Amino acid sequence: MTDLEIVSRLPQDERVLLMPLVRTTKTFWRWAAVMAAISLWGLFAYAYQLRNGLGATGLNTPEYWGIYIICFVFFIGISHAGTLISAILRVANAEWRRSITRSAEFITVLVIGFGAIQPVLDLGRPDRVLNVMLHSQPFSPLLWDVMSIGLYFTASSVYLYVPMIPDLARIRDLGLRPRLLYWFLAIGYHDTPAARHTLERLISVLAVAVIPIAVSVHTVIGWIFALTLRPMWHSAIFGPYFVIGAIFSGIAALIIAMAILRRVYRLEAYFKDIHFNHMGLLLLVMSILWFYFTFAEHLTVWYGGEEAELATLYSKLYGAFWFPFWLMFATCFVIPFGLMARAKTRNVPGTVIASVAVVIGMWLERFNIVVPTSLHPRGEVAIAHYWPSWVELSIMAGTFAGFVLVYMIATKFFPIVSIWEIKEGREKSIEEVTERVSEYLPDDLEAVAL
Amino acid sequence: MPRWGMVIDLDKCNGCQACEVACRSENNIAVGGPQAAGESRTISWMRVQTEVEGEWPNLRARFVPQPCMHCDRPPCTLVCPVQATSRDSEGIISQIYARCIGCRYCANACPYTVKYFNWRRPSYPGSTVAGLNPDVSLRPVGVIEKCTFCHHRLQKARDVARAEKRPLREADYVPACSESCPTGAIVFGDLDDPDHRVAQLARDPRAFRLHEDLGTQPKVYYLAEQD
Repeated sequence: MTDLEIVSRLPQDERVLLMPLVRTTKTFWRWAAVMAAISLWGLFAYAYQLRNGLGATGLNTPEYWGIYIICFVFFIGISHAGTLISAILRVANAEWRRSITRSAEFITVLVIGFGAIQPVLDLGRPDRVLNVMLHSQPFSPLLWDVMSIGLYFTASSVYLYVPMIPDLARIRDLGLRPRLLYWFLAIGYHDTPAARHTLERLISVLAVAVIPIAVSVHTVIGWIFALTLRPMWHSAIFGPYFVIGAIFSGIAALIIAMAILRRVYRLEAYFKDIHFNHMGLLLLVMSILWFYFTFAEHLTVWYGGEEAELATLYSKLYGAFWFPFWLMFATCFVIPFGLMARAKTRNVPGTVIASVAVVIGMWLERFNIVVPTSLHPRGEVAIAHYWPSWVELSIMAGTFAGFVLVYMIATKFFPIVSIWEIKEGREKSIEEVTERVSEYLPDDLEAVAL
Repeated sequence: MPRWGMVIDLDKCNGCQACEVACRSENNIAVGGPQAAGESRTISWMRVQTEVEGEWPNLRARFVPQPCMHCDRPPCTLVCPVQATSRDSEGIISQIYARCIGCRYCANACPYTVKYFNWRRPSYPGSTVAGLNPDVSLRPVGVIEKCTFCHHRLQKARDVARAEKRPLREADYVPACSESCPTGAIVFGDLDDPDHRVAQLARDPRAFRLHEDLGTQPKVYYLAEQD
């Protein structure tokens, strides 16, 4: 019996959710080829940069940081999709999480790598990157970053893997190929009540542990900027502001991923309209928080009225950077708020449009943080400008395509919706939720002894 | 222990840029040419900044030579992840070219924009090669470099003083910029030695430092112009 035949005979949940593992369409190969080609082009651009030094970029004095650092903050931000959202939903016992946690956790783990390489792409001497370990200087926020991202990557990988074990064991028992991979990853798990109990204990501990780690990662990234004396970087709001922004872009990325998965793998029954509605509500809350933080940040700067700070602020409001600034405002607030505040537009197309806007807007936000401040140092220097070179843009395109490619490949080896959690939802949750709700209700006074 | 510092008299500076040229040739600064200038990537450890105040016709220009300020509380050394830049025991901010990973965090943290990055492989036109200073190492592509107060001159002066069995005198150690200044605007020495001219000038009522409010405690002082 072929793998396809095995899966075709399974009951609905397993059949639908395991089908992508055994059947690959031509469209998949076409998209994979396009993504691989763009990634290879990015690799070529990086080889060119290695040969020619950072002179191949559009960076200069005082624009020391550019596209790579923007993408670094952006990708690590996206990575908050998964772990943080799925952890919070799990801790909060949100039942609607069941079909979306896995796809979110995959985004997290796969995007961290693409984020973490960005500062290395940005190094003048990538050959000396190990000096960070050999000659560590503990007061450098960059070192804190290396540590917190390392910890985050480890924790979120474990948090992706552990809840996947029952599904991997099921795939192993079905005998799908590659057998050795599933045999190895299932680590001898057998779905007994005792094993399930241990697993669920472990998952709940991990879910709690991963939240502060995720918060620390983006806080420290905010501090990279905030701990310098630069105008509009030196701000106490940056830590929390970055965390909010990260979750915001993470939710948006997850909505886009869900919409694509739902279409290409026919998962309409699993990623339902109600899921998009709920995710849309989360997006709405985050867009309001984003507005609040952005307003607080800019008002403080304007009211303080310090000369160097105002120069940077005005360049954003109506100077050289008015376009990226106001476009960011439209895409991070006006569009998502407008669409998500109305129940009618909180459907699949509505949430997807809002999410695409937010992803673009959050990239622009990082641009608006990095570039205007860089070009407005306190000391007077020759008037400079920043146009990213073809090398920077190619590497950026390559990393985006590389992420999409590895995500596509991941869906071919692992069920992108947790099968056992869906099953558990069907078998146990309805009863549990009924019981929970009845616990919330006021006691019957006559039945309780007074 | 000396605390090396500099006082620049803005009344005496006429903007001739001899200090820039002397610094370039003393420290083997790569020749970037018009390309580097067009890309805003010129390296100039000593930079004579022209500041123009007011509006035409009531203009007032002044020249402010800007080397590394060698802060006593330097923001750049704190952020370096590999300790490639640090404040030595005599107050000079050093840079280890062989350890720097080129992240440019220090350059971003410096409020004076006086840390320079080697965007391209440094080049030296054939005619200048014979004139390179053997006491100063060449910097490779991808690392940060900056003014060192001609630290190599201090080492040399110390060796000479030791060989002659005498203490280091004020005139023994002077950076190239100070030495070349035709109007004597740049004075160098030990800020903690009351016999040194810099120590006296740094206490002059005209003395000020750039961005003093940031708390970086620079060791380069300026004497304000008198009207």
